[in-house]
Amino acid sequence: MAGVADPHQYLAAKQRWAPIEVAFWLAMLLPFVLVPTYLPLASQIAITAIFAVSLDLILGYAGLVSLGHAAYFGLGAYTAGLIAKAGWGEPFSGLLIGGAAAGLFGHLTGYIVVRVRHLALIMITLGIGLLLYEVANRASWLTGGNDGLQGVAMWPLFGSFDFDLYGYTAYAYSLAVLFAVVLAARRLVHSPFGLSLRAIRENERRMPAIGAPSRARLRTIYTIAATIAGIGGALLAQTTQFVSLGALSFERSAELIVILVIGGTGRLYGGVVGAIVYMVARDRLSGMNPQYWYFWIGLMLIGVVLFLPNGILGGLATLLPRRSRAS
Amino acid sequence: MTAPALRTTGLHKSFGSLVVAQDVAISLPQGARYALIGPNGAGKTTLINLITGALRPDSGEILLGEEAITALEPDSRVKRGLARTFQINTLFPDLSPLEAVTLAVCERLGVANVWWRRLVGFRDAVDEAYDILASLNIGAVCYRATRELAYGQQRLLEIALALATKPKVLLLDEPAAGVPRQQGGELFEAIANLSSDITVLFIEHDMEVVFRFASRVIVMVGGRLLVEGTSSEIAADQRVREVYLGRSRHG
Repeated sequence: MAGVADPHQYLAAKQRWAPIEVAFWLAMLLPFVLVPTYLPLASQIAITAIFAVSLDLILGYAGLVSLGHAAYFGLGAYTAGLIAKAGWGEPFSGLLIGGAAAGLFGHLTGYIVVRVRHLALIMITLGIGLLLYEVANRASWLTGGNDGLQGVAMWPLFGSFDFDLYGYTAYAYSLAVLFAVVLAARRLVHSPFGLSLRAIRENERRMPAIGAPSRARLRTIYTIAATIAGIGGALLAQTTQFVSLGALSFERSAELIVILVIGGTGRLYGGVVGAIVYMVARDRLSGMNPQYWYFWIGLMLIGVVLFLPNGILGGLATLLPRRSRAS
Repeated sequence: MTAPALRTTGLHKSFGSLVVAQDVAISLPQGARYALIGPNGAGKTTLINLITGALRPDSGEILLGEEAITALEPDSRVKRGLARTFQINTLFPDLSPLEAVTLAVCERLGVANVWWRRLVGFRDAVDEAYDILASLNIGAVCYRATRELAYGQQRLLEIALALATKPKVLLLDEPAAGVPRQQGGELFEAIANLSSDITVLFIEHDMEVVFRFASRVIVMVGGRLLVEGTSSEIAADQRVREVYLGRSRHG
């Protein structure tokens, strides 16, 4: 960073594409050739990464902790699943409708969520999650309840790519959506709006004194995050052609925070890296011992928080001084 | 005769039986440099909180120029040209000063809710932020994280953030609080050099500084205005002497 004198250069350097970022996206293509039998897992990872990026926008950037983010993921999943079941199996429009439904619910709940902080915030988001879970459980005529939503039939993607048994289409589709989501989130966090979110996280008390309506900002990002979570959920419904109540569950919300903490909050790629590490670890561990694998996840969580307080990416950033961005 | 830049009439505020502002009426002419003094607990910071909207008065009115702003939210008051700084640093520890001041400029320009364009694209806002920081002599450290700045530099950043809102009226709550005397003098030089378009009210305990930099002085005691006058009038005022001598005698 020595010799940076120009403010424009300084800001431009903060948002420039790093070689490692390009390498990362190229590496995401490797599963197609290296582990083609694991493509279904790879697309689960991509979907979880989308979900984690959406949480990072509110938790890592704006500083709002949510224990009920699965509400928006699940709503997107059920919306996309129900549309397909009702006879409209076009994937891309289903994805957008799923995201829009979750975004609308996020916008409405956002009015309550941004009014509270700390423990009250955790309780309210938890409450929203539980509410939606039980609504879906009760409305089993619509959602299938405990048996899950069956009969989700998807049309070929863009009219030509069938969702095959091996998961080629599913992973390509999920990866493309993940890439688009990260691109949009990347633009957002480097925008004036993204800067104002970080400022709210750093010191909300100062915001009115610089003329910033911070509640309105938080409502906007909460809506955006809910929309992205809904897109992730819709993707899960479409690629697995099934929706279970688990998509709305408290476990999914809690697991997501674990993923983000492991990867590193407020770093854009923290959710993606966390999703890869967590899902691969879960796959390996549950393969070794289907009953007690949460033991190892617990151990990993404690280890990360103790030794890598800023997550895996935070730890890497201290090793690579050039990438030591204060974001 | 133009309207005063800032005026309050009959401001009243109490918390239960504790009266923190009682019939406070002040009037700051355009471009004035006013000092607000008084012993601890006199209600000086409370008055700033009432004027900026952090607290709601029980009764009374606040006028910025000709406009009543009593019912406005704090951020709307800032947009109309009323800025403040804080006695205890209220900054963004993990942002760099350049980012923080650029954000304040973007807020003023109404572009801080833009999420589809990069911050670097707003070149004028970045230039303006850098100029403000450079004019306060913290341009050289404006790329570091705010928490790494020296305390005196953080006090200057408090002022830079307020200036980025292009205030008509600037309320400074002990701008030199905790700064060694020598540096405090430099800080007040910077304040004295502010454009004469900006009307300034500052809270300060150091009488030497008050008499040097303020054209007029308002003295508050127990939530009320005790007296207002020029530096020499205040220096000679028997009631003010009593309040201050009484205070220093009890430590």
